[in-house]
Amino acid sequence: MTTGASATGALSAPLVVEFPFTRSLGPVQSAFLTGLRERTVLGVTAADGRTLVPPVEYDPVTAQELRTLVEVEPTGTVTTWTWNPAPRRGQPLARPFAWVLVRLDGADSALLHALDAPGGPASVRTGMRVRIRWAAERHGAITDIACFEPLDAGPADEDPPTAQPRPHDGEFADPVTGITAPARLDYTYTPGRAQSRFLAALRDRRTLGERCPACRKVYVPPRGACPTCGVATDEQVELGPAGTVTTFCVVNIKAKGLDIEVPYVYGHIALDGAGLALHGRIAGIPYDEVRMGLRVEPVWTEDSRYPDHYRPTGEPDADYESYKELL
Amino acid sequence: MSDDRPNGAAGAGGSREVAVVAFAQSDHVRRADGLSEAEMLLPVVREVLDRTGLDTERLGFVCSGSSDYLAGRPFSFTMALDAVGAWPPVSESHVEMDGAWALYEAWVKLLTGEADTALVYSWGKSSGGDLPEVLTRTLDPYYLAPLWPDSVAVAGLQTRALLDAGITDERELAGVAARSRNAAAANPRAQLRSSPPPEELLADDYLAEPLRRHDLPPVTDGAAAVVLAAGDTARELCARPAWIRGMDHRIEAHSPGVRDLTDSPSTRLAAERAGLFDEGAPAPDTAELHAPFTAQEVILRRALRLGEDTVVNPSGGALAANPVMAAGLIRIGEAADRVLRGTSRRAVAHATSGPWLQHNLVAVVEADEAASAPGTDGGADAAQAREESR
Repeated sequence: MTTGASATGALSAPLVVEFPFTRSLGPVQSAFLTGLRERTVLGVTAADGRTLVPPVEYDPVTAQELRTLVEVEPTGTVTTWTWNPAPRRGQPLARPFAWVLVRLDGADSALLHALDAPGGPASVRTGMRVRIRWAAERHGAITDIACFEPLDAGPADEDPPTAQPRPHDGEFADPVTGITAPARLDYTYTPGRAQSRFLAALRDRRTLGERCPACRKVYVPPRGACPTCGVATDEQVELGPAGTVTTFCVVNIKAKGLDIEVPYVYGHIALDGAGLALHGRIAGIPYDEVRMGLRVEPVWTEDSRYPDHYRPTGEPDADYESYKELL
Repeated sequence: MSDDRPNGAAGAGGSREVAVVAFAQSDHVRRADGLSEAEMLLPVVREVLDRTGLDTERLGFVCSGSSDYLAGRPFSFTMALDAVGAWPPVSESHVEMDGAWALYEAWVKLLTGEADTALVYSWGKSSGGDLPEVLTRTLDPYYLAPLWPDSVAVAGLQTRALLDAGITDERELAGVAARSRNAAAANPRAQLRSSPPPEELLADDYLAEPLRRHDLPPVTDGAAAVVLAAGDTARELCARPAWIRGMDHRIEAHSPGVRDLTDSPSTRLAAERAGLFDEGAPAPDTAELHAPFTAQEVILRRALRLGEDTVVNPSGGALAANPVMAAGLIRIGEAADRVLRGTSRRAVAHATSGPWLQHNLVAVVEADEAASAPGTDGGADAAQAREESR
């Protein structure tokens, strides 16, 4: 992964958020998606008698629970469409296609999906007749419909059949009860100007804080604003390099993937000049000799953007009064 | 007219009046180079606080609107609180929605009498991700999101439905785009501030038929802030408070296939409940409509029954700057700002959320002078204010 810096010196880095979206299904959704797996399209009868495809658990007008399932045809009519010249990751087709709303024969509402239209946008129009192209492998998801495809033009094109929905009990063997939809979004993270300055200084093994012009407190790491006063902090202050252990804990559990022998000490360290403490590992001293007030300094390793750990400076311990406000 | 409204639905039930007393927004840009959310927001929050002379300790309530999906980080809004100065602790809330709904929450808080002032802010830094793709995550997770229909696809389907119905044509849509961006020439904060004439726009190829580039909003980084105040506090904080006479929001069924995509009954109902159509009330002189895509303005004009007497989107609207999660709050801010500056007496503001104008909020803001018009509330206070100003 590469990081970068803009003309203003602000840093940026790629950030990928990826997760499987897992959701349970209501009985109507379960019957519909299981039906797709079995190449059967189900709708639900709404309170006003309309047949809704895709079906919903609750009536869109009255909000009453809906449970009466019916079967409709895999053919239908385009009610609106738009062209997609450059399909994105995850969309139903990799080549240009039309997004369509299709009212399936027997249904009174429309389903959103893709229409494979090799003839391009000139071959698509509202009112055209289409049919479902089923996915080769079906698991009980809206993507079991691979897409729609044009129905051969004919007299039916001008005169859509008036198919009636047929009763269906919604019963299938091994019904699906949930969906898992993978989701991935790609971002470029920018930490902001203050944090960029902080990170850039760390590369030179310097720690930069920023002072609030109102309350004079020095924040580290700085985020560009004093969260107490709500004003910008733009005065940079070089801190340390030495500091004082304000509090600490002894870690006895080995962290996964972390190559540090236990027990070790993790502490809060108030760098000289800072208005609040940073945290870091304390080493170079037996774990049971670390104490509040211990004076420490950072130890850097090759090519590191931050100190590997802090070690004792050998100075006398700091007086409690000098750091009690930083605890 | 108002007796069947619940308390608060139009601000008529209680004795309290609430006004916008300050509005500020950032420069809206394609990429707020190197700024964190807090750094982008801070000058805007400072501007409204400085203008009203309020500090955090005097604020009764703080409410913000944003979306973690824009930043790609959970609880990203907590970092933005750095810009507010939240110590000693403030009474604070956040909505994962456009800031217009944060303003609604703050308005209700003030109506209840729990606070006299509120800071409302929101921001959208869309440049961190691929916005049309990010917006697919707002869709129904069972039937829509697995297909990844992006915001351009969503807008294209709605635009086509409107064209097919003969309600608009491509020439009118190009006219909406050109008028909006040329209006933004007077708005130094806007991102797109000029447009070729409609005929020239129509000569372009389709971006995604039936949409051309001009039918789409820009991708924007930006922020906005509003200060609300109640009653006499509002009069102390500014010379011409923009009184919120009514505000309401309504939502439609979430399946696109059961809706009439050419109409917005939820906008119409919200407007009715907000008092826009009150008997005897004058037509608004100004409308700020949250219509990121050209065809949506056509739908909203019809739903709000706007005619020749109303100037639509003098700020340029979302077609000139579209910081997602702030663009709705900015509509209320822009409408109110015209009242604050004395260039509008009665304005309507609209904010939308979700695909195909799914969820709509309408606010009616008025100057004191307009309050004496029949069918509106608070006439006595307004009369008193006029008396005092003599």
